[in-house]
Amino acid sequence: MAQNQAWWASERFWRAAAVLITGGMAVALIFLTIDTYPAMEPGGSKVPPYTVINKRIDYQYSDKAKHEVPVIGGEAPLFGKERSPAEAKAMVTKGKMIVQGRNCMDCHTLLGNGAYFAPDLTKSWLDPGWGSPRVRESMMVHFLENPPKYGRGYGSDRRMPDLGISKQEAHAIVAFLKWMSAIDTNGFPANFHSIRQ
Amino acid sequence: MAEGILDASNLNGGQRLAVKYFTVAVVLFVAQIVFGLLAAQQYITPSFLFETLNFNVTRLIHIDAMIVWMLFGFLGSVYWLLEEESGSPVVGLRLGNLIFWVLTAAVTVVVLVFLFIQYGPGTWFTIWFINEGREYIEAPRWADIGIVIGLTVFFYNVVATFMRGRWTGIGRVLALDLIALGGLYVAGMFFTPDLTIDQFWWWWVIHLWVEATWEVLVGCIVAWGLMKTLGVRRSIVTTWLYIEVALMFGAGILGLGHHYFWIGTPEYWLWIGGFFSALEPIPLVAMVVHAVYDSGVHRLKSSNHPATAWFIAQAFGNFLGAGVWGFMQTLPQVNLYTHGTQWSASHGHLAFFGAYATINIAIFYLAVQQWRGNVWMGSDLPGSGWKWKWSLGLMNGGMLGMAVALLIAGYVESFLERAQMGSTWQAYFAAQTHPWFTSAMWWRQFFGVMMAVGMVLLVWDLATIGRHETRRAERPEPEATAGEPATA
Repeated sequence: MAQNQAWWASERFWRAAAVLITGGMAVALIFLTIDTYPAMEPGGSKVPPYTVINKRIDYQYSDKAKHEVPVIGGEAPLFGKERSPAEAKAMVTKGKMIVQGRNCMDCHTLLGNGAYFAPDLTKSWLDPGWGSPRVRESMMVHFLENPPKYGRGYGSDRRMPDLGISKQEAHAIVAFLKWMSAIDTNGFPANFHSIRQ
Repeated sequence: MAEGILDASNLNGGQRLAVKYFTVAVVLFVAQIVFGLLAAQQYITPSFLFETLNFNVTRLIHIDAMIVWMLFGFLGSVYWLLEEESGSPVVGLRLGNLIFWVLTAAVTVVVLVFLFIQYGPGTWFTIWFINEGREYIEAPRWADIGIVIGLTVFFYNVVATFMRGRWTGIGRVLALDLIALGGLYVAGMFFTPDLTIDQFWWWWVIHLWVEATWEVLVGCIVAWGLMKTLGVRRSIVTTWLYIEVALMFGAGILGLGHHYFWIGTPEYWLWIGGFFSALEPIPLVAMVVHAVYDSGVHRLKSSNHPATAWFIAQAFGNFLGAGVWGFMQTLPQVNLYTHGTQWSASHGHLAFFGAYATINIAIFYLAVQQWRGNVWMGSDLPGSGWKWKWSLGLMNGGMLGMAVALLIAGYVESFLERAQMGSTWQAYFAAQTHPWFTSAMWWRQFFGVMMAVGMVLLVWDLATIGRHETRRAERPEPEATAGEPATA
């Protein structure tokens, strides 16, 4: 039987194919990773520098890209204070550490990844639910400090629990959320209606 | 050799270690289902356990128990087949036993911290000792290091045993796969404030484990299992294994790109991820053909009916859950509206169960059979084997029902929240409160309970099947061979 076996059905052929294909794909992934990396770094073509928290951010349809893209505008320092690159990085870093420490990702999604029990946070800084840019920062901080009291369920019984977030921590979380909203996510979420500004 | 009772003298050294892993795996499987029911109830009545065990805790334990029980099942399965496959006693078995106890103790501590401490401030202490806060790999950093050490010892056990005994095709694939398994986990062990870079590497762990290395690991276990239960010829299972590796890694490595559509990476990932992930179902079709063909050739005559049934459930479940359910939403033009909705939950449930829970259960049945002295588990079991048949039906039916209910909920989110209302928080809650969504959540819970009943029957059956059995297992008839062993 083995003598009559076609070459393409042989164990030897498929062993060689498995090794070559796996190796080839692994090399391709490494090259693609090297090519992708600069775009993902803060200040790269897809990810904003941390100092974007000093700027006005919007999310608008682009005729060129054919989907919504973040639009960085003029000065709009977070909580009224212009931050240096080092200060901005420290604040966003703190915010992300708090988001991880409170395990936000097992209720919310970030960039669409996580759990689906609570809204996606990708563009939460730009959500029209905050009313207007004038009151947005204070509303976000109040909400984070006491979610059961200040949370809005829009007709749902779901509430965010009190996670013991202090005012200082809330500021850092808001900085992280503002920075995240400026990531160019290739049009995700689609058809998003940004806060009027 | 004792028959009909659980006697360790019926097992070789690797198998004695394997049944320890299997026992912990079953306990964690039960925990996964219990916490899944709690989390599902919180969708229906959000005040349930509010600020006692919040959803992020119940869900965290639900998914992490799943990862760990499946991993324990895989480790146990490899120890189970290692001595037979290599023809040598396990090298470094004492170290392997020590690592089992260390890993089990570590899992216990991590679960207790998740349950009773739950979260911490935004500091390095929290990341190292409480909760890393990244879905699926929430385990604190100290536990990550423990997992890597455990996998390294496991790798040593496997490779050293094959080196002392004989290398087979299954052994070679297994060894190379374990390098990738351990190495990839390290990719998730760092902190960066840059969320895009964070998720880029996070997917190396999650995707390349679940959609590549785990699939190949399961391919090895199934290959051995088909030889064991059906008597399939070694050259056939080995050739199929190589085909599966070629197709699985050929599609799955760059299929990683379907997670890079929306996280802040260049747009070319839409093409690469879309194309290669669309190919990912192909090896799963091959696995179905392989399992069905071999079962047909042997006229479903096997030495262990429950195991064979779960092997076949694995082939179909893997194809349906990972293949079909994954393909439905993998193209970026569709994924833009399904990403981050219950579509993903539907796919996740069916794929993890279909691909991995099933294979572990099949091996549990093989283990119990041998543990009781290689007793009869063919047809004509007491009570016609009603417990394993009902648990098989209830668990698979319950899972399929949950997946369909979650898919309906996902459709509501895609259409209402995403396409019509523009993905705002108001749009999100409009979908969550829509009657189609809320009724789907009730159905999910109904089918979840069905699955839990099946789980109870499964545990009962695993604890009792073969008890007092005096008939010896039927040896599977080997295929006509061309000068090679039919089984290991």
